[in-house]
Amino acid sequence: MRFPVLVEVKLRPGIADPQGATIERALPALGFDGVHDVRVGKAIRFTVEAADEDAARKQVDELCRRLLANPVIEDTEVRIG
Amino acid sequence: MSTRVGVVVFPGSNCEHDVVEAVQGLGAGAELVWHGHRALGDLDALVLPGGFAHGDYLRPGAIARFSPIMSAVRQFAAEGGPVIGICNGFQVLTEAGLLPGALQKNRGSRFLCTTVEVVVASTQSALTCATTVGEVLRLPINHFEGNYTCSAETLHELRAEDRIVLRYAANPNGSMDDIAGVCSPEGNVVGLMPHPERASDPLLGSADGRRLLESFLVAAGSRPLPAGSVRPG
Repeated sequence: MRFPVLVEVKLRPGIADPQGATIERALPALGFDGVHDVRVGKAIRFTVEAADEDAARKQVDELCRRLLANPVIEDTEVRIG
Repeated sequence: MSTRVGVVVFPGSNCEHDVVEAVQGLGAGAELVWHGHRALGDLDALVLPGGFAHGDYLRPGAIARFSPIMSAVRQFAAEGGPVIGICNGFQVLTEAGLLPGALQKNRGSRFLCTTVEVVVASTQSALTCATTVGEVLRLPINHFEGNYTCSAETLHELRAEDRIVLRYAANPNGSMDDIAGVCSPEGNVVGLMPHPERASDPLLGSADGRRLLESFLVAAGSRPLPAGSVRPG
């Protein structure tokens, strides 16, 4: 079976996010005063072939760990289906 | 026989010729090594130069660590061979797990292209073995992701083991503990964000980079031989 996958790569809590901070600083100029906690990450979509969803998740977790994220500074959130 | 330095070229590297020029200017031999090769040949030291290996896609160094040459680099390092990663080369070494930590975006979201002062913090490395602690060097930096980050435990370990090699005199990018360069536990693998090869002649505004490259060549000349090998006479 083919499973559609969405991986969100985000900076770990406590890791400074200068891109997020820059966006947050720009928003009040447009009148958006109540926007806080802006964090910038990456969204990576793909499909994966596997026998079932568990097997797909296992593969995706492994490829996140080995390639998609740098565990020193990033976490991942995986959505399958 | 003069010391031979290999300079690894990834698609997107752009400082390899500067490194070759600087190393040759100090009397050593230098050759380019394509990332697609699996063997290194007869070399005494390795440089992973600056640039944008594999376009910096995904993250700087994230794809380069899977280049075919990297297993030979890993083995060369494991045998005690001196390996330095400059700028993008530093990012590749951290991604490859040859050095701890990571380089994240500069504080202030600014690409930095300027000359900074760095201070030698340890002489227990292949890059600083012929310098003195406290020596101040003027070196160019040229990076977006140079903000050194690691866990509190790693930082503690780096300090305790005297593995912080260079510190910025005035922190330009938000690096933890003002770190500009770190080394492996054995000191033979070193990564730094500043470019010593671009400070190798007074015409370039500073020749201070030669102090580091001279150290590197001293380390290369005295590197331990892999077990069972015989140095050609």
